[in-house]
Amino acid sequence: MSSPLDLADAHPGPAFTVTLDGREIEALPGQTVAAALWTAGVTSWRTTRGEGRPRGVFCGIGVCFDCLVTVNDRSGQRACLVPVTPGDVIRTQEGTGCDE
Amino acid sequence: MSQPLTCDVVVVGAGMVGAACALYAARAGLDVVVVDRGPVAGGTTGAGEGNLLVSDKEPGPELDLALLSGRLWGQLAEEFGQFIEYEAKGGVVVATSPGSLTALERLAAEQRAAGVLAEPVAGGALYTLEPHLAPGLPGGVHYPQDSQVMPALAAAHLLRASGARLFTGRTVTGVPRTSDGSVLGVRTDRGDIHAPALVNAAGTWGGDLAALAGATLPVLPRRGYVLVTEPLPRMIRHKVYAADYVADVASHSAALQTSPVVEGTAAGPILIGASRERVGFDRSFSLPALRALAAGATRLFPFLAEVRAIRSYVGFRPYMPDHLPAIGPDPRVPGLYHACGHEGAGIGLSTGTGHLLAQVLAAKTPDLDLTPFRPDRFAEEAA
Amino acid sequence: MSERPRLAVIGAGPAGLAATLAAAGRGVPVTLVDSGTAAGGQFYRQPAAELRARRPQALHHQWRTWERLRDGLHDHVKAGAVRHLTDHHVWFVERLPDGFTVHALLGPEQEDPATVHADAVLLATGGYEHVLPFPGWTLPGVLTAGGAQAMLKGTLTVPGRTAVVAGTGPLLLPVATGLAAAGVELAALVESADPRAFVRQSRALVSQPGKLGEGAAYAGQLLRRRVRTLFRHTVVEAHGTDRVEAVTLAALDADGRVRPGTGRRIACDTLAVSHGMQPHTDLAESLGCRLDGPRVHVDDEQRTDVPGVWAAGEPTGIGGSALALAEGHIAGLSAAARLLGTEADPGEWATAAKSRTRQREFAAGLDRVYRPPAHWTEQVADDTVLCRCEEVTAGAVREAVDELGAGDLRTVKLLTRAGMGWCQGRMCGPAVAGLAGCRLTPSRRPFARPVPLGVLAQEPDRPTERGSS
Repeated sequence: MSSPLDLADAHPGPAFTVTLDGREIEALPGQTVAAALWTAGVTSWRTTRGEGRPRGVFCGIGVCFDCLVTVNDRSGQRACLVPVTPGDVIRTQEGTGCDE
Repeated sequence: MSQPLTCDVVVVGAGMVGAACALYAARAGLDVVVVDRGPVAGGTTGAGEGNLLVSDKEPGPELDLALLSGRLWGQLAEEFGQFIEYEAKGGVVVATSPGSLTALERLAAEQRAAGVLAEPVAGGALYTLEPHLAPGLPGGVHYPQDSQVMPALAAAHLLRASGARLFTGRTVTGVPRTSDGSVLGVRTDRGDIHAPALVNAAGTWGGDLAALAGATLPVLPRRGYVLVTEPLPRMIRHKVYAADYVADVASHSAALQTSPVVEGTAAGPILIGASRERVGFDRSFSLPALRALAAGATRLFPFLAEVRAIRSYVGFRPYMPDHLPAIGPDPRVPGLYHACGHEGAGIGLSTGTGHLLAQVLAAKTPDLDLTPFRPDRFAEEAA
Repeated sequence: MSERPRLAVIGAGPAGLAATLAAAGRGVPVTLVDSGTAAGGQFYRQPAAELRARRPQALHHQWRTWERLRDGLHDHVKAGAVRHLTDHHVWFVERLPDGFTVHALLGPEQEDPATVHADAVLLATGGYEHVLPFPGWTLPGVLTAGGAQAMLKGTLTVPGRTAVVAGTGPLLLPVATGLAAAGVELAALVESADPRAFVRQSRALVSQPGKLGEGAAYAGQLLRRRVRTLFRHTVVEAHGTDRVEAVTLAALDADGRVRPGTGRRIACDTLAVSHGMQPHTDLAESLGCRLDGPRVHVDDEQRTDVPGVWAAGEPTGIGGSALALAEGHIAGLSAAARLLGTEADPGEWATAAKSRTRQREFAAGLDRVYRPPAHWTEQVADDTVLCRCEEVTAGAVREAVDELGAGDLRTVKLLTRAGMGWCQGRMCGPAVAGLAGCRLTPSRRPFARPVPLGVLAQEPDRPTERGSS
């Protein structure tokens, strides 16, 4: 087995496109935002509000809030919980993710 | 402890008021020991917002104490500012109806006469001060002297700077006295502490300590919740509250009262108070109280409806029947001094309280007349 | 009200499902409230339906048990005996004179409210992992072992190409084998426990030969894949700038200290790490249930000390899925009996009670074997972040303890902000307690999850029971 999709014999529907900071990436139906970003080779999509350090998935189950991301202008979404949908505009969340 | 400790003053209570008493007493040259059954800032100090307010006080002894305290906080800020998150952000009191604006402006005029900076703000100018306020508000008053500290940090840093010996996790179990009734110190579950002066800075639990020393002091808990939001950029620049807050503070009712008090913090979260209930020391979580806080805050700042609350905490303000603290010597028990019962204003009033008490302990004339704060003023009521 | 008394079960993992089936089987209407898009919880987390996985069992073990739970739920839902509310994130359970209101937020967005009224509630809220900090642990690519497993099971994705799995606990083996089966190269499996401890605990552990067999099967798989397995070793640092590029491992001595000069660097792009589990007890705490340490206190019937509130599974003490099934079953039968006004008969759940006893002994045995290195705090540099949310460093915590007199978790939090952020100390609590040298006391968290102020401000209207599946 070389991929988790093969391992589970998964046959998802056709891939669709979303953007991360303007860059197009492919996503599969049923994936979360975090899963789509991982598949695209991206492991961080947030910077902390103190030191500006990169963060991504840590707990993977919605408890740690490290994977916060801005999706379609809504900040503070947990990438590990939110399903990705066609055309999503995903943005790296810097600090609080809110404008003053 | 096998050797009994000896000092000039033993302060019971390692909250903000105890810390300020320790600092000023130590700076007056006294040898101070601070004892608390819990940790530093473990009582009401650790459950407060850190308000240093003049805006919510009517002219009178409490306002005089607040003005003195504000000046002292300004001095301490030069010494400790960044460690204690001191911020002279100013307060904005908002009238929600034309009628309440008239009452608010009348109060502001009286406060100005007492030395408070209070600048009336017409409707439009209100939004320059606070752009995200709900539209259509008739106006308010800007109080530049209102400030904020992080209360637990302030207590911890003042205690450290005082050089006082600090014993936490030690419970006072008795107050030994001489045959003529004078205080000899305190008895604790881990040994005696000998001192000719005992400062009751036990906050909401000050009545219990007074009783151990043979005096009555009617301190009652008045429960309050604070809601804390997710971290945000500075959306709210001042301490903002609705004019009805002043009436709630002065109320004698035991029932739940809430008036929105909203402010941003240096750390990011917005703090939302203030509820008041007299329900004893019940720590359980009251959804109706928090619902009322959230409703009030979102009426004042509609953008908050989308903002998430991440936590809430509960505390017990030390409430006295006339809303004034007890400060100064207790004429019924020689050597017993009180510094408690500040209700929701203890952080703000702590510096003035500590300063005045240190003057009394050093046998100097205090800067303010302590008569209104006399601890035995309720004696007749109690009898 | 002519309707029969209703039970709300919160959580659709093994404990919640066992409880639901047991209570529904006795004729008590059950509302199963769960945050997942499908039942299963963490242990039986299923791939999202749209991924159309034909062989999800490849990611799981004890699949037959899952099929029994899944089919049982399906039948009860079809018969109208159970309402299964998916995507309901419960933030508070309110105790009212006539029962309980379960307050939830709907969907992954968690912006709109939903409420469920019930006469009794059964808390089966599961647990979450904790990780003790080390330099570099906040780098992207470092994640919890359970997080890697959850992403694999639920979304069929993996975090990288080359992984180190490290820490301690029975979770490491299945995570390592799962990642390896999914095509990730395993650079090392690093367990701080001492294999000799297994021998010392043999009496407790052999009471569950099935579980040992399971472990042996995992170990066999790793052997076949030639995975380097290092016992009595620990990760002392993760290296990288914007993501993890390598880790340094070191050997531990008999006292649990890093042995000087044993450090070795291993290249990897993923570090999956775990030091144990914590129970989710927020709802129980805000209901006023008594806790014993970090666990919800329950009696032999799985009742908490608050009338009308039961608890089962990890909230009553970390013990794994088999214990959760037994506790859930007992709790469901007990709740059903009480709601129907009959005496609960322990004879009905004698088998489950026996299993519960054995599983608790087994869990206690594991707990004595799987221990983080005793002196882990020595590896935590002052500039290492402890609180990931508020970026509070170990140095700041040490200063609060040494200079400012903080001696307990709450005071450390007040003086440093450690635990005040988004996760409310769930991630850093054990680490801060360890570094401060104090007990891990439960932190009062009235909101089990963040709730929009607009939702909180609303007066509760009639119970909404949408989202039934």
